[in-house]
Amino acid sequence: MTRSATTSISAGNTQASAQARLVPALFAIGFGLFLFIGTGFAAPSLIHNATHDTRHSLGLPCH
Amino acid sequence: MFKTIIVSAFGAGLVVAATLSVVQSVTTEPLLFHAETFEGAEAPAPAAAPHEHANGEAHAHDAAPAEAAAAPAHEHDPDEWSPADGFERTAYTFLANLLMGVAVSAILLGMMTLRGGAINGRTGVLWGVAGFFAAALLPSLGLTPELPGTPAAELEARQLWWLATAAASAIGIALIVFSQSWLLKVAGLVIGVLPHLVGAPVPPSLEAAYPAVLAAEFATASLVVSALLWAGSGVAAGWLYQRLSRAA
Repeated sequence: MTRSATTSISAGNTQASAQARLVPALFAIGFGLFLFIGTGFAAPSLIHNATHDTRHSLGLPCH
Repeated sequence: MFKTIIVSAFGAGLVVAATLSVVQSVTTEPLLFHAETFEGAEAPAPAAAPHEHANGEAHAHDAAPAEAAAAPAHEHDPDEWSPADGFERTAYTFLANLLMGVAVSAILLGMMTLRGGAINGRTGVLWGVAGFFAAALLPSLGLTPELPGTPAAELEARQLWWLATAAASAIGIALIVFSQSWLLKVAGLVIGVLPHLVGAPVPPSLEAAYPAVLAAEFATASLVVSALLWAGSGVAAGWLYQRLSRAA
Protein backbone atom coordinates (compact mmCIF):
# COMPACT_ATOMS: atom_id res chain seq x y z
CA MET A 1 0.00 0.00 0.00
CA THR A 2 2.62 2.50 1.13
CA ARG A 3 4.96 1.36 -1.56
CA SER A 4 2.39 1.76 -4.31
CA ALA A 5 1.52 5.26 -3.04
CA THR A 6 5.22 6.23 -3.11
CA THR A 7 5.60 4.80 -6.59
CA SER A 8 2.65 6.72 -7.91
CA ILE A 9 3.91 9.96 -6.32
CA SER A 10 7.39 9.61 -7.82
CA ALA A 11 5.88 8.67 -11.17
CA GLY A 12 3.73 11.78 -10.89
CA ASN A 13 6.82 13.89 -10.12
CA THR A 14 8.69 12.55 -13.11
CA GLN A 15 5.76 13.33 -15.31
CA ALA A 16 5.43 16.81 -13.82
CA SER A 17 9.14 17.54 -14.31
CA ALA A 18 8.97 16.29 -17.90
CA GLN A 19 6.07 18.66 -18.45
CA ALA A 20 7.93 21.47 -16.71
CA ARG A 21 10.89 20.88 -19.03
CA LEU A 22 8.80 20.77 -22.19
CA VAL A 23 7.85 24.44 -22.41
CA PRO A 24 11.31 26.01 -21.82
CA ALA A 25 12.89 23.35 -24.05
CA LEU A 26 10.56 24.10 -26.96
CA PHE A 27 10.93 27.85 -26.49
CA ALA A 28 14.73 27.51 -26.51
CA ILE A 29 14.67 25.39 -29.67
CA GLY A 30 12.25 27.82 -31.33
CA PHE A 31 14.38 30.82 -30.37
CA GLY A 32 17.51 29.08 -31.64
CA LEU A 33 15.93 28.07 -34.94
CA PHE A 34 14.59 31.60 -35.44
CA LEU A 35 18.09 33.07 -34.96
CA PHE A 36 19.73 30.35 -37.07
CA ILE A 37 17.38 30.81 -40.02
CA GLY A 38 17.35 34.58 -39.66
CA THR A 39 21.14 34.75 -39.75
CA GLY A 40 21.86 31.92 -42.16
CA PHE A 41 18.92 31.89 -44.58
CA ALA A 42 16.91 35.14 -44.54
CA ALA A 43 16.45 36.52 -48.05
CA PRO A 44 16.55 40.36 -47.62
CA SER A 45 19.76 41.53 -49.24
CA LEU A 46 20.74 43.74 -46.29
CA ILE A 47 20.74 40.69 -44.01
CA HIS A 48 22.46 38.65 -46.71
CA ASN A 49 25.23 41.21 -47.17
CA ALA A 50 25.82 41.64 -43.45
CA THR A 51 26.03 37.89 -42.83
CA HIS A 52 27.67 36.99 -46.16
CA ASP A 53 31.05 35.79 -44.89
CA THR A 54 29.54 33.81 -42.01
CA ARG A 55 27.11 32.04 -44.35
CA HIS A 56 29.91 31.09 -46.72
CA SER A 57 32.30 29.98 -44.01
CA LEU A 58 29.63 27.70 -42.49
CA GLY A 59 28.85 26.15 -45.87
CA LEU A 60 25.27 27.50 -45.97
CA PRO A 61 23.71 28.09 -49.40
CA CYS A 62 24.47 31.71 -50.34
CA HIS A 63 23.80 33.98 -53.36
CA MET B 1 15.09 27.14 -16.59
CA PHE B 2 14.41 29.10 -19.79
CA LYS B 3 16.35 32.09 -18.44
CA THR B 4 19.32 29.85 -17.57
CA ILE B 5 19.24 28.40 -21.09
CA ILE B 6 19.18 31.83 -22.72
CA VAL B 7 21.92 33.29 -20.50
CA SER B 8 24.09 30.20 -21.11
CA ALA B 9 23.42 30.42 -24.84
CA PHE B 10 24.53 34.06 -24.99
CA GLY B 11 27.64 33.38 -22.91
CA ALA B 12 28.59 30.39 -25.05
CA GLY B 13 27.75 32.31 -28.23
CA LEU B 14 30.17 35.06 -27.28
CA VAL B 15 33.03 32.62 -26.68
CA VAL B 16 32.27 30.71 -29.87
CA ALA B 17 31.97 33.89 -31.96
CA ALA B 18 35.37 35.11 -30.75
CA THR B 19 36.95 31.73 -31.52
CA LEU B 20 35.28 31.49 -34.92
CA SER B 21 36.28 35.02 -35.92
CA VAL B 22 39.94 34.31 -35.14
CA VAL B 23 39.91 30.96 -36.96
CA GLN B 24 38.02 32.41 -39.95
CA SER B 25 40.49 35.27 -40.25
CA VAL B 26 43.28 32.80 -41.05
CA THR B 27 41.27 30.10 -42.87
CA THR B 28 38.05 30.94 -44.70
CA GLU B 29 38.36 34.75 -44.94
CA PRO B 30 41.58 34.86 -47.01
CA LEU B 31 40.08 32.26 -49.37
CA LEU B 32 36.83 34.27 -49.68
CA PHE B 33 38.75 37.45 -50.47
CA HIS B 34 40.91 35.62 -52.96
CA ALA B 35 37.89 34.10 -54.73
CA GLU B 36 36.15 37.48 -54.83
CA THR B 37 38.97 38.89 -56.95
CA PHE B 38 37.79 36.50 -59.68
CA GLU B 39 34.11 37.37 -59.27
CA GLY B 40 32.69 39.16 -62.27
CA ALA B 41 35.45 37.71 -64.39
CA GLU B 42 34.07 35.34 -67.00
CA ALA B 43 34.15 31.82 -65.65
CA PRO B 44 35.91 29.56 -68.14
CA ALA B 45 38.83 31.68 -69.26
CA PRO B 46 41.27 29.01 -70.37
CA ALA B 47 43.84 31.53 -71.52
CA ALA B 48 43.90 33.26 -68.14
CA ALA B 49 43.80 30.08 -66.11
CA PRO B 50 47.50 29.20 -66.20
CA HIS B 51 48.49 32.69 -65.04
CA GLU B 52 47.30 32.21 -61.46
CA HIS B 53 47.38 34.53 -58.44
CA ALA B 54 48.85 37.97 -59.26
CA ASN B 55 47.66 37.88 -62.85
CA GLY B 56 44.27 36.65 -61.74
CA GLU B 57 43.76 39.80 -59.70
CA ALA B 58 44.75 42.02 -62.60
CA HIS B 59 42.37 40.06 -64.78
CA ALA B 60 39.51 40.69 -62.36
CA HIS B 61 40.16 44.44 -62.49
CA ASP B 62 40.17 44.47 -66.26
CA ALA B 63 36.88 42.65 -66.32
CA ALA B 64 35.20 44.99 -63.84
CA PRO B 65 33.71 47.48 -66.34
CA ALA B 66 32.04 44.63 -68.19
CA GLU B 67 30.72 43.25 -64.92
CA ALA B 68 27.12 44.40 -65.35
CA ALA B 69 26.81 42.67 -68.70
CA ALA B 70 28.77 39.55 -67.81
CA ALA B 71 27.55 39.19 -64.23
CA PRO B 72 26.21 35.75 -63.31
CA ALA B 73 22.77 35.63 -61.65
CA HIS B 74 24.22 35.54 -58.13
CA GLU B 75 26.29 38.69 -58.52
CA HIS B 76 25.86 41.33 -55.80
CA ASP B 77 23.81 44.38 -56.66
CA PRO B 78 26.30 47.26 -56.41
CA ASP B 79 23.53 49.68 -55.32
CA GLU B 80 22.67 47.64 -52.25
CA TRP B 81 24.31 48.39 -48.94
CA SER B 82 27.00 45.98 -47.90
CA PRO B 83 29.60 46.40 -45.17
CA ALA B 84 32.80 48.10 -46.34
CA ASP B 85 35.87 45.89 -46.45
CA GLY B 86 38.02 46.11 -43.36
CA PHE B 87 36.74 46.78 -39.86
CA GLU B 88 33.07 47.11 -40.83
CA ARG B 89 32.97 43.80 -42.67
CA THR B 90 34.83 42.04 -39.86
CA ALA B 91 32.46 43.53 -37.28
CA TYR B 92 29.36 42.33 -39.12
CA THR B 93 30.88 38.89 -39.55
CA PHE B 94 31.57 38.80 -35.80
CA LEU B 95 27.96 39.80 -35.14
CA ALA B 96 26.68 37.08 -37.48
CA ASN B 97 29.00 34.57 -35.78
CA LEU B 98 27.60 35.68 -32.42
CA LEU B 99 24.00 35.14 -33.57
CA MET B 100 24.93 31.71 -34.95
CA GLY B 101 26.73 30.78 -31.73
CA VAL B 102 23.73 31.85 -29.60
CA ALA B 103 21.35 30.06 -31.98
CA VAL B 104 23.27 26.78 -31.96
CA SER B 105 23.76 26.92 -28.18
CA ALA B 106 20.03 27.54 -27.61
CA ILE B 107 19.07 24.71 -29.97
CA LEU B 108 21.47 22.29 -28.29
CA LEU B 109 20.41 23.24 -24.73
CA GLY B 110 16.74 23.04 -25.75
CA MET B 111 17.24 19.56 -27.20
CA MET B 112 19.17 18.42 -24.12
CA THR B 113 16.46 19.81 -21.84
CA LEU B 114 13.79 18.07 -23.88
CA ARG B 115 15.66 14.80 -23.70
CA GLY B 116 16.35 15.08 -19.95
CA GLY B 117 19.48 13.82 -18.23
CA ALA B 118 22.69 15.58 -17.27
CA ILE B 119 23.66 18.82 -19.00
CA ASN B 120 27.34 19.67 -18.74
CA GLY B 121 30.38 20.25 -20.94
CA ARG B 122 30.82 16.54 -21.57
CA THR B 123 27.26 15.80 -22.67
CA GLY B 124 27.20 19.17 -24.47
CA VAL B 125 30.10 18.29 -26.72
CA LEU B 126 28.43 14.99 -27.70
CA TRP B 127 25.25 16.84 -28.72
CA GLY B 128 27.39 19.43 -30.48
CA VAL B 129 29.20 16.79 -32.55
CA ALA B 130 25.85 15.22 -33.45
CA GLY B 131 24.66 18.69 -34.49
CA PHE B 132 27.76 19.12 -36.65
CA PHE B 133 26.94 15.86 -38.44
CA ALA B 134 23.30 16.90 -38.96
CA ALA B 135 23.77 20.56 -39.89
CA ALA B 136 27.13 20.69 -41.62
CA LEU B 137 28.86 17.42 -42.48
CA LEU B 138 25.94 15.51 -44.02
CA PRO B 139 24.43 18.48 -45.95
CA SER B 140 27.93 19.25 -47.28
CA LEU B 141 27.88 15.92 -49.11
CA GLY B 142 25.22 17.31 -51.47
CA LEU B 143 25.98 21.01 -51.28
CA THR B 144 29.72 21.52 -50.97
CA PRO B 145 30.64 24.70 -49.07
CA GLU B 146 30.96 27.28 -51.81
CA LEU B 147 33.21 30.20 -52.55
CA PRO B 148 31.60 33.34 -54.01
CA GLY B 149 31.37 32.96 -57.78
CA THR B 150 30.61 29.24 -57.78
CA PRO B 151 27.94 28.27 -60.32
CA ALA B 152 24.99 26.88 -58.38
CA ALA B 153 21.34 25.95 -58.71
CA GLU B 154 18.59 28.35 -57.65
CA LEU B 155 19.09 29.62 -54.09
CA GLU B 156 15.64 28.68 -52.74
CA ALA B 157 15.98 25.11 -53.97
CA ARG B 158 19.38 24.76 -52.33
CA GLN B 159 18.21 26.30 -49.06
CA LEU B 160 15.21 23.97 -49.00
CA TRP B 161 17.38 20.91 -49.66
CA TRP B 162 19.87 22.04 -47.01
CA LEU B 163 17.20 22.56 -44.33
CA ALA B 164 15.40 19.32 -45.20
CA THR B 165 18.69 17.40 -45.11
CA ALA B 166 19.67 18.89 -41.75
CA ALA B 167 16.23 18.02 -40.31
CA ALA B 168 16.26 14.48 -41.73
CA SER B 169 19.82 13.93 -40.49
CA ALA B 170 18.89 15.16 -37.00
CA ILE B 171 15.85 12.88 -36.85
CA GLY B 172 17.91 9.98 -38.22
CA ILE B 173 20.71 10.45 -35.70
CA ALA B 174 18.22 10.78 -32.81
CA LEU B 175 16.46 7.54 -33.81
CA ILE B 176 19.74 5.68 -34.19
CA VAL B 177 21.15 6.92 -30.87
CA PHE B 178 18.08 6.96 -28.63
CA SER B 179 15.58 4.38 -29.82
CA GLN B 180 15.58 0.94 -28.22
CA SER B 181 14.17 -0.97 -31.15
CA TRP B 182 16.33 -2.06 -34.06
CA LEU B 183 13.49 -1.38 -36.44
CA LEU B 184 13.46 2.31 -35.46
CA LYS B 185 17.25 2.46 -35.72
CA VAL B 186 17.05 1.17 -39.28
CA ALA B 187 14.26 3.67 -39.97
CA GLY B 188 16.60 6.40 -38.69
CA LEU B 189 19.30 5.28 -41.08
CA VAL B 190 16.85 5.32 -44.00
CA ILE B 191 15.60 8.82 -43.07
CA GLY B 192 19.19 10.06 -42.85
CA VAL B 193 20.14 8.63 -46.26
CA LEU B 194 16.93 9.67 -48.03
CA PRO B 195 17.89 13.29 -48.92
CA HIS B 196 21.04 12.00 -50.61
CA LEU B 197 19.02 9.53 -52.67
CA VAL B 198 16.72 12.36 -53.74
CA GLY B 199 19.82 14.39 -54.48
CA ALA B 200 20.76 18.04 -54.02
CA PRO B 201 19.92 20.65 -56.68
CA VAL B 202 22.47 20.30 -59.47
CA PRO B 203 24.62 23.31 -60.47
CA PRO B 204 24.20 24.46 -64.09
CA SER B 205 27.92 24.17 -64.75
CA LEU B 206 31.07 22.99 -63.02
CA GLU B 207 33.26 25.82 -64.27
CA ALA B 208 34.44 28.56 -61.92
CA ALA B 209 36.72 31.50 -62.50
CA TYR B 210 38.92 30.80 -59.47
CA PRO B 211 41.57 28.05 -59.28
CA ALA B 212 40.16 24.62 -58.32
CA VAL B 213 42.50 24.18 -55.36
CA LEU B 214 40.98 27.28 -53.77
CA ALA B 215 37.58 25.53 -53.66
CA ALA B 216 39.06 22.38 -52.14
CA GLU B 217 40.87 24.37 -49.46
CA PHE B 218 37.69 26.31 -48.74
CA ALA B 219 35.49 23.21 -48.39
CA THR B 220 37.84 21.75 -45.78
CA ALA B 221 38.29 25.04 -43.94
CA SER B 222 34.52 25.56 -43.87
CA LEU B 223 33.91 22.14 -42.32
CA VAL B 224 36.51 22.88 -39.64
CA VAL B 225 34.76 26.19 -38.85
CA SER B 226 31.39 24.40 -38.66
CA ALA B 227 32.83 21.73 -36.38
CA LEU B 228 34.17 24.45 -34.08
CA LEU B 229 30.79 26.21 -34.08
CA TRP B 230 28.82 23.09 -33.10
CA ALA B 231 31.26 21.33 -30.80
CA GLY B 232 32.36 24.64 -29.24
CA SER B 233 28.77 25.72 -28.63
CA GLY B 234 27.98 22.33 -27.11
CA VAL B 235 30.87 22.28 -24.67
CA ALA B 236 30.61 25.97 -23.70
CA ALA B 237 26.80 26.03 -23.37
CA GLY B 238 26.70 22.74 -21.45
CA TRP B 239 29.42 23.86 -19.06
CA LEU B 240 27.83 27.28 -18.47
CA TYR B 241 24.36 25.81 -18.01
CA GLN B 242 25.65 23.42 -15.37
CA ARG B 243 27.44 26.23 -13.49
CA LEU B 244 24.47 28.60 -13.63
CA SER B 245 21.82 26.06 -12.66
CA ARG B 246 23.96 24.91 -9.73
CA ALA B 247 24.28 28.50 -8.53
CA ALA B 248 20.54 29.18 -8.93
